[in-house]
This record gives sequence, C-alpha cells and structure tokens, in this order.
Amino acid sequence: MSEVRTLILRAPGTNCDMETAFAFEVAGSAVEFAHVNELLSREKVLSDHQILAIPGGFTYGDDISAGRILANELRLRLGEDIERFVDDGKLILGICNGLQVLLKAGILQRDGDATRQSLTVAGNDSARFECRWVYLHVDPSTPCVFTRGISSMYLPVAHGEGKVFSEAGLAGALNVALRYADEAGDISAGYPHNPNGSVDNAAGICDASGRIFGLMPHPERHVRGTQHPRWNRESVPDRGDGLQVFVNAVEWAGSI
Amino acid sequence: MPAYRVEVAVKDGFRDPRGEALQKDILDLGVPGVESARVSDVYVIEGDLGEHDARRICEDLLADPVVDRYSCDVSDTRHPPEGYRLVEVAYNPGVIDPVEESVQKGIRDLGITAVNSVKTARKYLLQGDLSEDAFQSICDRLLVNPVIQHVVTGFEAASVPSTQYEFALNRVDLLNAGDSELMEIGGSRLSLNLREMKQIRDYFAGQDRNPTDVELETLAQTWSEHCVHKTFRGRIRLGQVTIDNLLRSTIVKATGELNKPWCLSVFKDNSGVIDFDGRYAVCFKVETHNHPSALEPYGGAATGIGGVIRDVLGTGLGAKPIMNTDVFCFGPPDYPYERLPEGVLHPRRIFRGVRAGVADYANRLGIPTLNGAILFDERYVANPLVFCGTVGVLPVGMAGMGRQDPGDLVVLVGGRTGRDGIHGVTFASAELTTESESVSASSVQIGNPITEKKVIDVVLKARDLGLYRRITDCGGGGLSSAVGEMAAETGVKVHLERVPLKYAGLSYREIWLSESQERMVLAVPPDSVEELLAVCRGGDVEATVIGEFTDERRLQLFYDGNPVGDIDMAFLHDGIPQIEREAVGEPPRFPEPEFSQPADLGQALMRILGSWNVCSKEWVIRQYDHEVQGGSVMKPLVGVGSDGPGDAAIIRPVLDSDMGVIVSNGINPRYGDIDPYWMAASAIDEALRQIIAVGGSLERVALLDNFCWGNPEKPDRLGALVRAAQGCHDIAIGYETPFISGKDSLYNEYEYGDHSICIPHTLLISAVSVMKDVTGAVSMDCKEEGDLIYVVGTTWNELGGSHYYGLHGYTGNRVPRVDTATGKRLMNALSRAMGEGLVTACHDCSEGGIGAAAAEMAFAGGLGMELHLEQVPLGEPMSRDDFVLFSESNTRFLVEVKDRDRAGFEDAMTGIDFAVIGRVTKDQKLRVFGLSGDRVASVSLAELKDAWQRPLRW
Repeated sequence: MSEVRTLILRAPGTNCDMETAFAFEVAGSAVEFAHVNELLSREKVLSDHQILAIPGGFTYGDDISAGRILANELRLRLGEDIERFVDDGKLILGICNGLQVLLKAGILQRDGDATRQSLTVAGNDSARFECRWVYLHVDPSTPCVFTRGISSMYLPVAHGEGKVFSEAGLAGALNVALRYADEAGDISAGYPHNPNGSVDNAAGICDASGRIFGLMPHPERHVRGTQHPRWNRESVPDRGDGLQVFVNAVEWAGSI
Repeated sequence: MPAYRVEVAVKDGFRDPRGEALQKDILDLGVPGVESARVSDVYVIEGDLGEHDARRICEDLLADPVVDRYSCDVSDTRHPPEGYRLVEVAYNPGVIDPVEESVQKGIRDLGITAVNSVKTARKYLLQGDLSEDAFQSICDRLLVNPVIQHVVTGFEAASVPSTQYEFALNRVDLLNAGDSELMEIGGSRLSLNLREMKQIRDYFAGQDRNPTDVELETLAQTWSEHCVHKTFRGRIRLGQVTIDNLLRSTIVKATGELNKPWCLSVFKDNSGVIDFDGRYAVCFKVETHNHPSALEPYGGAATGIGGVIRDVLGTGLGAKPIMNTDVFCFGPPDYPYERLPEGVLHPRRIFRGVRAGVADYANRLGIPTLNGAILFDERYVANPLVFCGTVGVLPVGMAGMGRQDPGDLVVLVGGRTGRDGIHGVTFASAELTTESESVSASSVQIGNPITEKKVIDVVLKARDLGLYRRITDCGGGGLSSAVGEMAAETGVKVHLERVPLKYAGLSYREIWLSESQERMVLAVPPDSVEELLAVCRGGDVEATVIGEFTDERRLQLFYDGNPVGDIDMAFLHDGIPQIEREAVGEPPRFPEPEFSQPADLGQALMRILGSWNVCSKEWVIRQYDHEVQGGSVMKPLVGVGSDGPGDAAIIRPVLDSDMGVIVSNGINPRYGDIDPYWMAASAIDEALRQIIAVGGSLERVALLDNFCWGNPEKPDRLGALVRAAQGCHDIAIGYETPFISGKDSLYNEYEYGDHSICIPHTLLISAVSVMKDVTGAVSMDCKEEGDLIYVVGTTWNELGGSHYYGLHGYTGNRVPRVDTATGKRLMNALSRAMGEGLVTACHDCSEGGIGAAAAEMAFAGGLGMELHLEQVPLGEPMSRDDFVLFSESNTRFLVEVKDRDRAGFEDAMTGIDFAVIGRVTKDQKLRVFGLSGDRVASVSLAELKDAWQRPLRW
C-alpha cells in the first residue's frame, strides 16, 4: 500500500483541524494542512492527495448561514479542482461545518440535480447550539466507504445548525449513511437523541459512490477511550468509536 | 447610489426555531398574548449594481434555497401583515456587525465588485392581541438595547457618512491650573486624583510646556486602577498598622516564600506560567469584564472572553489557548421588575446575554469551555460580575517574556481600529451610575471572534518561524497600554496615521486610546518583517508597521509627522504617587439563627438543591462546546446520564500524551459577609478539593486570585480587602500552592438617587494543576450498588453563611475555617489512595454540605444511598441532624469505595479523620438516618434530580 496523503482544509474560523489531523495520523495517513488561500494561489495542490477533509469550525463565522461562504468559495473558485479530485476516485470527508459546506457547495449532490440544491442543513429545532453525545446507527445498505464494517457509534455533536432538511424527504441519489438513534438503536427516537430535528434522523450523508461523506457528529473527538464521557464508569475500549471512520478512509485510499 | 433592502425569512409553513425561541422568551417575560413570532434577517446593500446582480446575491448567498424565502426591494417595505406587530432593530452607527464584512466577502466571491457597503438589521413579527404597553415592554426588555441598537423607522442608508479628520493639536492647560481646576480636569473623565494631577503638572512644568490631550490621557490610563492596581500597591493604614503594598506583602509574598522551581513566569506577563512536562508549559489567566457586561451583556461578555484569550496568546512568545473557564455572578433571575434601579438591565437579560456572548465567542474560536460556576445574589443586580479565564500551552523555551532590540519594528496585527471603548479603562475604575449608560456607550463593542481566530492562527505560525521577538495584546487602554508597557525599557516612536481604521475621522487621540478588539502588537526585527507580513496576508489578517522601538526611553507619538506626544518612560511608569488609604476592620455580627429542626430534612435538601447557586447549570453548559480540540478527559457533566455536576475539569493538552491539566475554582461570597479572611481560605480550599476529588494532587498546583470589590475609598471595604488578601497569603503558604497571576476589579458599587448598592466582597480563586496520568481520573457519580460511602474530613458546627441558614433567612457567624496542616495531610492521603485505584467516586462537600454532595453523587450515578449521621466524625459536640447534614465545613469529601478495598483504603487514610457513613443502594432513594438512628430524610432520586434541574430548565 502506498503512502496515503490527506489534505486538511483550513479557512478563517476552522477550529477542529488539529484533532482531525491527529485522527488521520493515528489511522496511518500523512497529513498536510492547506489554507483555502493556499489552494487558490496554487501554493498547494489538491491533486497531490487522496483524501480531502473539511474539518469542523465556524468558517467565516458561519455568518449568513453555516458554511455558506466557504461553500461558495469552493464551488465558484475551486470547483474544477474538486470535480477532478472526485472523478479520480478520491475521498472527501466533511465533519460538522464540513458537511454544511459539502451540501451547500453541491459537492455531495453531484450525481443528482446539481442545478439546484434540494437538501440543506438548517438551524436546530431548539434554536440553540448544543454539545452532547449521541448514538448513531449505520444504514446497513449504505455504499459509504467511511462507515464500512461499522454498525453503530457513540460520538459527540456540537452545533447550532445541524438539522438536515429537504422539503421532499431524503430519498433519491443521496444516501443517509448515518442516523441518530437511542441506546437501543431505535432510529426514530426524538430529541435529545436526535439533537437537532433532522428529517429521517439523518446524521451523515454520502453520495452515490460512497466516497463523499459528510456528517454532523465528530468522529475525530472519539478516537481514544478517555474521550468517552463515561469512560471512568463503564468498560470502554481504548480505541474510540470514531477512529474506524478514519481507518476505513485510509485503507480505501491506499488502494487507489 | 441604489440601495437594496433584502429580507430573508424562513418559508411559510416551515418551522422558524428563532421565532419559537422568541415566543418562549416573551412568555418567560410574563407577557401573554403572543400567538406566534417570526424573525427575519435584513441586509441593506448599497452599491452600483443592477437588479440581476442583486437577485444573484440573494439566491446564491443570503437565502438558503431550501428553507428560506427572500424579498429584494429598492424601497421600504416595512409593513406588517394584518394582525401582526413589527419591529426592526439595527446597530447604532459605529457599532459594526461582523456579518457585514462576511457578506461583502461573499459578494466578492460571486464576482460582484460594485457593492460599497452592507448593513444588517433584524426584523421581528409578533402575532397576537398585544397592547401598546405589552409591545413596548417586549421591545425594551428583550429586543432593543439602546446602548448599541435602535429601532429602525425609515429607510436607513447602509454607509455611515464618513467625516474627514483635520489635524489640530490639543493641549490641556495645567501650568496655570489651580487645585479646583486640576480636580475638575482629573475627576470627571480621567479618574485621576489631585495628588496625581499635581505630579503631572509638575512634570510638565519641568518640561516648560503644557501636556497634549493624548499625553494626559496616556498618563491617566497607565496610572488607572485597572492597569496599575493603585489600591493593592498603595499604603493602607489599618488601625496601628501600615501596609506598604498589599499585593507584595501578601499574595506575591507567598509565591516568593514558596519559591517553586516549576513556576516559570509569575505576576509580570499577561498570564502566569508553570512547567507542564519539561517540554511544554501551561499558562493561565482569569480576567473580569464587569462594567461593559452590565451595560451590554452580549458584547461586554464576548469582548471579555476575547480579551483573556489574547492575554494567553500574548504570554511569553505566544501560547495556544486550550480551554476556558467562566464564572458569573448575577442578580436572581426572578428579581421583580418593579424593584430594578433605573438604568439597570434585568438579571435574566444580563444572564442570557452574557451566556450567549461568551458561548458565541469561545465556540467560534474552537476553545472548549470546560469549567465554571454561576452565583446569584441581589447585590449583583446592578453590578454583575463576569470572570473569563483561559488556559494556554506553549513550548517551555518560549515561556519567558520576549525582549525587543532598539530598531525593531512595532507591528500591529489583527482588527481595524474604531472608536470602540475609548475610556474603557478609566471607566472600569469608577463606580457605575444611572448616567453610565449614556456616558459610556462607546465603551462597548461587538466582538469579532473570527478575526481573533485568524490572528491566533497567524501569530502561532509566525512564532514557530521565529519572526518576532516579543508580543503583547491590545486590551484595556489600547495601543497606549500595549505599546507603552512594551517599550518601557527601550522607548518607542509611533506614527498614528499608519494605523488602519474601520472608518475615517478618528483623531490621533482616538487612534492611540481606542480599545478595538482582536489586535496584537509584535516587536519584529527589520529583516523578518516582510516574511511576517506575508504570513499574515496568507491568513487574511491585516498587519501594519506603525513605528519602531528606540533606545531613548521616551514614548514619542506622531501624526502625519507632527509630534503629538513625548513623555519620559520613567515618569510614565514610575511617576505615579503611591496612594494612601484608610481601612477599618470591624467584623460584623449577625443574629444567631433561631429555628428548630424540621421533621423532614428531605424538603430542606430539595430546597438547597433547587437554590439558584446550587441548581444544575446544564442549560448553560450544553451551549458551550466542551469537546472541541478533543482533549477533554473529565467533562463538566458526568454520570450515567451525563448530567451530574463534575468537580474539576481535566484536559489533555497534547493528544498523544497521557499527561493532563486540571482546572478548578472556588468562590463563596456569603462567607465574606462574615469574614473575608475565611472566605479567601474557603475559596482556596474548595479549588484544591476539586482537584483532589478528580484524582489530582497538591504536588503542582498554582492559584490565581480575582478580587471584585466595592469602592476601596470606603474604609470598611478596604479593611475587608486586606483581610481577604491576608487569608490568601496564609492558606497558600499552608497548602504550598503559589499564586502566579491575579486581577482586581474595584468600585463595583451602583449609585442611584441617595442609594448605593455594593456587591458582596467576591474573591474567585482559580487553580491549575498538572496531572501525571489522566487515566487515573475519578468522577463524582456513584458507581455500584453495595459500595461503601465514606466521609473524609471533620464536620464542625460551621453553618455561618451556609445555604441551610440562608433558607431560613439567616447568615449566622460561625463561618467555615481551614486548618491547612490537617488539610494538607488529608488531601495528600486521599490523593495517594485514589492514585492506587482504591476510590471509585469522590465528590467534595461544599454548598449544602454532606447532604447536597450525597444527593448529587446518587442521582448522577442513578443509584440510591443510605447515610447514617451518627457515624460522621465531628470536631465538636453537635446535637442537630440538620446541622450535621448541611454544615459547610471545609476539607471534606464523600468517597465511594468497594468493599474489597476497605482495608486498603483505611490503611492509606491512617491518621486522618474519616468514617464509613453508609452504602450505595440499588433502590432509587436517598435515605438519611439521624444522630439518634431515626430516619430524617427519604427522598426519591427522581424528586431530588428534578428539584436540582427545574430552576434553570429554560
């Protein structure tokens, strides 16, 4: 397997870049950071990497709506580079703000009707930013590369705009790879299990190829056992639930 | 020039969460009749652009294609639909909403370059049968804060008409001024007293000229209480004793006496620094931002957290902020509106605003808020306290303050300069009055967290590239403080016209004094400056060379080549005459309580758990991100349902290491009503208890002090301050825990009519400690049925200032004391036992004593508990069950131990006062048996937890 290289995208307001890099490194990837300005000026090149990760944060303050400004920047100024990256069979992961960006930039929806965004991430039903841990259930039929071999996860969310929403429901070219659930795995559980009111309890979405994946919960915040909120009262494995997401990505990318 | 008014709202028929939240807030206000509320965003876009481009801006940028609808008009369309009331609120001129800059960038990304300015507003639509009075009350109490906002009534232009500044040098005539004129000049705006004014006059008489306005104000800021801590450094007469420099003779003295080698930088830099693991160092600072938060809670608190984060960034050669801690003191949320003094915002509004300001700022910066406290007392109604703390990490070799060479350039990095916060420092050193709101409006600004995040990113990059020799932040006092202090040992020339401005029209004086946020000052060697500017550009951060350091030991200011200021650094920094003040120290006497023991202590316990101070703060905590950066090991909410009250926070600053940092705090102003000495002792004890309770040790603990006090010119307030500082010294020595940094905010009194409200003497002690192995951490929630419950420590009849007395309307006099000799042995023994894995849960006893601690452990673990008070080790005879259960004696813990570890634990605790007082049970009840063996309380966990969670279930 050749060396896997992951590019972690930074923009003003990105703030989960270090722990995302840590997770990819633990999973065996080499990591490079690139500020969006460095991609625009060609100081750094997307095509040198097999994985593009858009980490969490509040890019450009999440002003107007979460992720909107970076989404436009990627779509209007780096659209061709990203399209080529995807056409080369490479992987894109968007976490939290990253999912918001992927959806609003149309990157997740390339296979559908790309002329008009039909799915969005809106403000939480509670109208509040909330930080809490959630149970997640992986859809067994998902083509998602990142969740292969995973059936459930326990991860934290921390967002004010995480409600995955579409007027027409979520059926179509997009796949709901990950759903909020309760401890028993019921994927119709309501608040606070579904912390934001997402339609169909959607927590993570991938494209038809399974190679572009965005999710609101933070797998990079649960790569070690001591990050689990109850590690000192339950027997928790040393390896956190989220790590496998990165391991899957790196393994897949190694075979490209 | 055309201006488009764009309005973006959630589509009809879709949920509007912001509207629903507003409706709930209106209901909370006690105003009935609102059937629904809707909130929409308004953007006024000015520029030479056609309708096609305007529509593109709406569709591709401002409105979400799925959930939003928009309107875009060139005229005013502010007509409410039938049955609705409408109010539109915008920021006042000069108050800049950070969103405006982002919208402009978004528009440029669309390829549209013709937009000159963008102004935001918010529109509220209220449906229902509302009287004019009710509508007005909603506007005044919820939607509009006139300090920064106004109601939009017509079509407002997006751009503020800019005025050009024409240079004219202003001098202030001191040379011919008599005492009364000196007092008048010094008093109202500068907060300088007559002795100080005379000193300044004499200095300028020696120069044979009058000072310029900017020179006089630079002196006022440098000599302000906020910057130089006149009271703490002054001469205080207390009875027969004269204290020369209270700070040096108590708090700083303790640090010197303890002389710990791991204290790397204390009391000189922007924060205190201790060694972490030989490779990295940890720094910690807690600041207050009280006065601005009283006037504009959101902006005041946001700039408070922004400021302390910059203190950490400006420590040594620059530290990375890794966690925040926030402590607030407010008036009670149920305070009657009728009793509010004029010019004062309601505590509920201050609470909500402060919470939102701190969370929005810290969350956006990606710094976890892991620890804090919120206290309530009627005396905080007009003077809320907002303590913001930040912990940072930096390489050990960069822990010391840098030093510039003459010839190095002064580089200003970050946000632009506006008329923000001019006079902020002198304003923080004076009492608030009913007029403060109008006088001080310019002291408050809306922070821009993303600018600060960008500054952090480029500064840390430049640090690692070695591009500058020294760094400090621009905080209170602006460039005047930052550059003035930095250049104290060398001298500096600053060219004020080079400072980038938010809008034209600022005078040289305003530029020099502005407290605009998100700015840092660097000392950069000339041969690094190009690379530094390039690093900043790469991160979208503005950086400007505004002057150079000299070897002349003078502060020299220029505007367009004209000299506007020239002061000797020695006079600026050491010329202030030492202040002399009188103090008295007469301890008050309160009536001793007279009430008999109630039959059912369960009710009393639930009232304590449901008191504002003790109740669950989950509503606040969940709105902070406490997971970002991935380092949190002990979170603020713990237990089986992740909703129990954790003690100290533990964070892992380096992700691939198992070493941790523990942060805790101690505060209890009620004890200060009785005796500030024992308040200080109790606060330190509490902060240390929390560290021990999570598995830490006393081995490497550093303390911070934050004093918030009334007017120190009143002898009783000052006497109390002296007592508290002496308490800090003695207990720090006893526990061998040095102070590394501190801060004071005095004059927290409010004058109205002939009344005056003074806050309770409030001392916040914050502690930071290094933990060798975070995998040994222990949480406070009960773990398993059948385990033993121990009380460790001695219970005394110490209910003075307790919550239990408070329930019955008493303060009492027997305040909890601290014996550090016993306390140190106890904490060391417990820490060792925990290190050996003999303890499964541990919680410290504080407000509400054993009773509250036991209830919290039980419901956090989802397990019952049975307690026998006759087993509790007492320091003196006590005959009342309620006093034993609710005494607030210091240095006590409730500890859960497995049966099989009983011998080992007791062996480890040899020589310490401890006893088994009960067991963890399977049934969902807390049962307490009294001194005579009778059952005195039996309450279900559900009831206890509900009592604890209900008050702030907002």
